Amino acid sequence: MKHLFAKVLAVALAFSLVAAACGDDDETADTDTEPAVTDTEPAVTDTEPAVTDTEPAVDDTEKIVVDEGEEIQIRSLNAITGDVAFLGIPIQRAVEAAVADYGDIHGFSVSIGNGLDDLCSADGGQAAAQTIVADAQIVGVIGTSCSGAATAASPLISEAGIVMISASNTSPALTSDLKGNAGENYHPGYYRTAHNDLYQGAAMARFVHNKLGLVTAAVIHDGDPYTQGLGKAFSDAFEGIGGTITGFTAVGKEDTDMVPALTELAVNSPEALFFPIFQPAGNHVAEQARTVAGLENTQLLAADGLLNDDFMALSQSEGLYFSGPDVRFGENRNEHTDKTANDFLEDYEANHGETPASPFWGHGYDATAMLLNAIEESSEVNDADQLVIDKAGVRAALTAVRDYSGIIGTINCDDFGDCGSQRIAVIHHTDPADIEAGKANVVFEYAP
Amino acid sequence: MRIRVLADPKPTTSTKPTTSTNVRNAGSLELILAITSRYKTVRRTGVDRFLLVLKVVMVTMITFGLLAFIWQQIDPDNPLASRLNSDAAGLSSEQFEGLIISGLSQGSMYGLLALGYSMVYGVLGFINFAHGEVFMVGAMTGMITSVKLEESGAWHNNFVLSLMFVLLVSIVVSTMTAVVMERVAYRPLRGMPRLIPLITSIGISFFLQNVSVVLLGPGTKSYPDMPEWLTQKRNIAGLQIEGTRLLVVVVAAVAMFVLWYLVERTKTGKAMRAVAEDKEIASLMGIDVNRIIVTTFAVGGAMAGVAGILWGVLFRSVTHTTGFLPGIKAFSAAVVGGIGNLGGSMAGGVALGSAESVAPLLILEPLGVDGVSQLRDAVAFAVLILVLLLKPTGLFGERLSAEDRA
Repeated sequence: MKHLFAKVLAVALAFSLVAAACGDDDETADTDTEPAVTDTEPAVTDTEPAVTDTEPAVDDTEKIVVDEGEEIQIRSLNAITGDVAFLGIPIQRAVEAAVADYGDIHGFSVSIGNGLDDLCSADGGQAAAQTIVADAQIVGVIGTSCSGAATAASPLISEAGIVMISASNTSPALTSDLKGNAGENYHPGYYRTAHNDLYQGAAMARFVHNKLGLVTAAVIHDGDPYTQGLGKAFSDAFEGIGGTITGFTAVGKEDTDMVPALTELAVNSPEALFFPIFQPAGNHVAEQARTVAGLENTQLLAADGLLNDDFMALSQSEGLYFSGPDVRFGENRNEHTDKTANDFLEDYEANHGETPASPFWGHGYDATAMLLNAIEESSEVNDADQLVIDKAGVRAALTAVRDYSGIIGTINCDDFGDCGSQRIAVIHHTDPADIEAGKANVVFEYAP
Repeated sequence: MRIRVLADPKPTTSTKPTTSTNVRNAGSLELILAITSRYKTVRRTGVDRFLLVLKVVMVTMITFGLLAFIWQQIDPDNPLASRLNSDAAGLSSEQFEGLIISGLSQGSMYGLLALGYSMVYGVLGFINFAHGEVFMVGAMTGMITSVKLEESGAWHNNFVLSLMFVLLVSIVVSTMTAVVMERVAYRPLRGMPRLIPLITSIGISFFLQNVSVVLLGPGTKSYPDMPEWLTQKRNIAGLQIEGTRLLVVVVAAVAMFVLWYLVERTKTGKAMRAVAEDKEIASLMGIDVNRIIVTTFAVGGAMAGVAGILWGVLFRSVTHTTGFLPGIKAFSAAVVGGIGNLGGSMAGGVALGSAESVAPLLILEPLGVDGVSQLRDAVAFAVLILVLLLKPTGLFGERLSAEDRA
């Protein structure tokens, strides 16, 4: 009997040690100590502080408190290395510019820390999102660049109660089908200033069918949510207005020999071939399509994933049509920073010595200004001179955005986070030696 | 042609005394008897049955797919096609030619790379996984050299000479890479269990990839445009073939011939074969084993350099991961052809390249599989599995003695 008591005591003490070690970060430690409570008094007192420690944490899940002298933390999460760096780097620079232009919020300055990289992949998006949610001070994220990265990042950001606004995700799965049904990868707290690809697909389909007068088309995607979603949107829209899709196939992102995939599509001799993919696979498709029997006279069409200086400088990009956001921003002015596109571009060139390599900088700029404004609206300075930011308030403020005047045009957010101006342009690229002329050569425009 | 000399098979178990005699010298009837008696004594396990089922399924699928393809070619609206693959359409002969030629050119590159895997395996008995990265280094060097030449105008003014120069530089750099790799990473490990250099080679592989990222950045780099007289299609023996693909096949064939001459007709080649057979005896005969091993790496590196340039000419883009997948495929090709056998490696490369080019459309699409072109890697490795199931030593491989099996 004495031995039994000693054993119970030993076990209880062991539990109490465990509880003391990890009592303040999860509830399982509390439940583990439950049996010990009946046996030994010390265990109970040991766990008491653990319980009280978790009290403020509950508060943390709704409010973010920035101490006096500290900075408000937001993050940029974009593709800044690798083949898709052309997409993310201008966005990250736009975030930096918007933070500087916006100024302080209730006397607190804003920091974006180090620019995070989404690697344009689900792995990269997930890893970066985990870093972000591990830091309880972060209020919001501008990113990701790639829809594939957003599918992994969005659930984590959503669960942490904060927001992300993407400047260049366009996959319909991330928001909605525009008919009131949430996409399969939609999570509350996700917003974007980029267009929904259902509009881009519709724009390209109308251009091909109505303007070019072509009635058969084939599609190549690479399995990425962006490419697959856009390819599907194009197919549906094209068939919806009377065209015929003769083939819908996929290549691997790392593939180099596209002849088999192109041959698969060539058997039905489509008049148009839409390949909304990225580099380097896009380089190979554009080059090898001309050599496959049955595709010699097929019109090649690409989308905003290839609408960048690297690709447009290649000889095989000559004669292609590209769909993408309409970047003729004119005199549009961001209502908070009072900057126009031209102001932004002048600053950009002065600071970085080049023009933005991809078209989503305006979207990144507006997204940042919207986020900062939402933080301003849903925060207040308390008696201790701390800034208290209400996470739910930030979300509510973003969802309520209506008739916001931004560089990209008038911004309205719907219930599923689609805030883009949804203006699409199709350009005709005729001379790889003059990329700017190609970008300006708008042959078709579309707005819902 | 063979680097690995046929070793006497030794009995692997004591249950079959009949095979303990030298099988190589036995008559064919005795050989069959020996093999069948061996099989009789081994109990079939669940794994054996599973492999048998896998064999039957794969062979049936290939046969059925091919028949469906032929029927589809004759009549795209036949009942089977309309059931399995409703939008079936026959391939035109030009399209079929295009597929074959694309497979051959891709396969020639796999073959050139496979030679490097095979030679190192023949001489040292381990798989040098960093060989794909030597290929990448060759392709990168070619990119840098050709871009510089384009800037100076030489690329367009005198293309043939420029290409020769690029080829030369690339061969030198990739050869040096392979030799330094041997000296720094593998020679200190000589005599260790062969798993150790194998793991080291994986480390070297990552090291070279990351060096490339640090020096040149992670983005895709492009070769300059090829002149039109090279890229246009030509009519060769009734086939419409692009000049670049023809160049790839021809250069690969020439490189293969040079290698064959080196191994079979020169003193160095003789020494290489001797070292492959038995390092100790070879050194007793006065052969400098270290020198021969370095030569083997150098020749493999040169072949990888040639393959790198051909890659650049054909696909015109290169990135730090360019060597990874072709490396794995070439290793598979070497195994398919019979590792250690040079002719077999080349044949394995061509077979694997052709299979991954034509099989998706010839076998999978008639069966109604979606997105077949994305399955090319799966096809390549399925070929490897099938060959290993049917002929574990590879198409042209030899039986290895128990101690030679890694």
